[in-house]
Amino acid sequence: MKRKWYDYLWIAELSYWVLGLCNILFAWLGVLFFFIPLLMAAIGGNKIYCNRYCGRGQLLGLLGRKLSRNAPPPRFLRSYWFRGGFLAFFMVMFGLMLHSTYRVFSGAPLRQTVTLLWMFRLPWQWADVEMVAPWVAQFAFGFFGVMMTSTVLGLLTMVLFRPRSWCVYCPMGTMTQGICKLRQGKEDVTCGGKG
Amino acid sequence: MAVSLKLAQVGRECVACGSCLRVCPRGAIHIRSGVTAQIDSGACVGCGRCAKICPADVITIVQRGAGE
Ligand code: SF4
Ligand code: SF4
Ligand code: SF4
Repeated sequence: MKRKWYDYLWIAELSYWVLGLCNILFAWLGVLFFFIPLLMAAIGGNKIYCNRYCGRGQLLGLLGRKLSRNAPPPRFLRSYWFRGGFLAFFMVMFGLMLHSTYRVFSGAPLRQTVTLLWMFRLPWQWADVEMVAPWVAQFAFGFFGVMMTSTVLGLLTMVLFRPRSWCVYCPMGTMTQGICKLRQGKEDVTCGGKG
Repeated sequence: MAVSLKLAQVGRECVACGSCLRVCPRGAIHIRSGVTAQIDSGACVGCGRCAKICPADVITIVQRGAGE
């Protein structure tokens, strides 16, 4: 199959990590990875982002060719309650991260740590964030932690199960599929009404 | 070409990730409305590549005619 430009978007994902590790403020770029899929699903009513443009999905697919055990994942991983529950948990943790950004905005001191897997605070004192407002830096630390946590989980389940096992419970994938289902439901109702 | 006796079938818990699209040698899969993968039974040759890569493990290879 002839490769297209979007088959190389895994390079964007890799670049994100290189840039973010060099300067944590690049973590802000990750906001794009949140909004683009949601907008595509809301406007286009499809998961074209997951199916074609997601660099993370591509990277897991590529690394998984060599590193994955390629074993079927446990059934619960694809169940609605697990996917929904993980999404809810992820959103709560995301909300807490936004709250600590707000606290710094209101005058609390900046915490130069990146939280991995919601538990481990990695010291990140070496980051130079003097040039921006403390809350801008706090968001970068928090967001980089979110991205790192999801990447570690993605890599772990890639090794244990199939390459793109993360895509089964990825909160973005669950949300975009949910949006598409809602849209489809509405269309079905509209068509039913007409018929 | 001889018609394959096998065919891929997608289960209800498909997460529409699109991993299967990339490996199908016949381009027999498409993602319907961002909700589920759908197999074109005319194009599928039942090779099973999609089933091996599916991270949700929702693709089964069945005999044609058996619950198509
Ligand atoms: S499910 Fe998540 S990681 Fe997988 S392709 Fe979609 S957005 Fe990317
Ligand atoms: S790989 Fe599996 S879960 Fe992903 S779209 Fe194909 S059938 Fe659905
Ligand atoms: S069984 Fe083979 S030909 Fe049929 S949809 Fe899967 S990958 Fe394509």
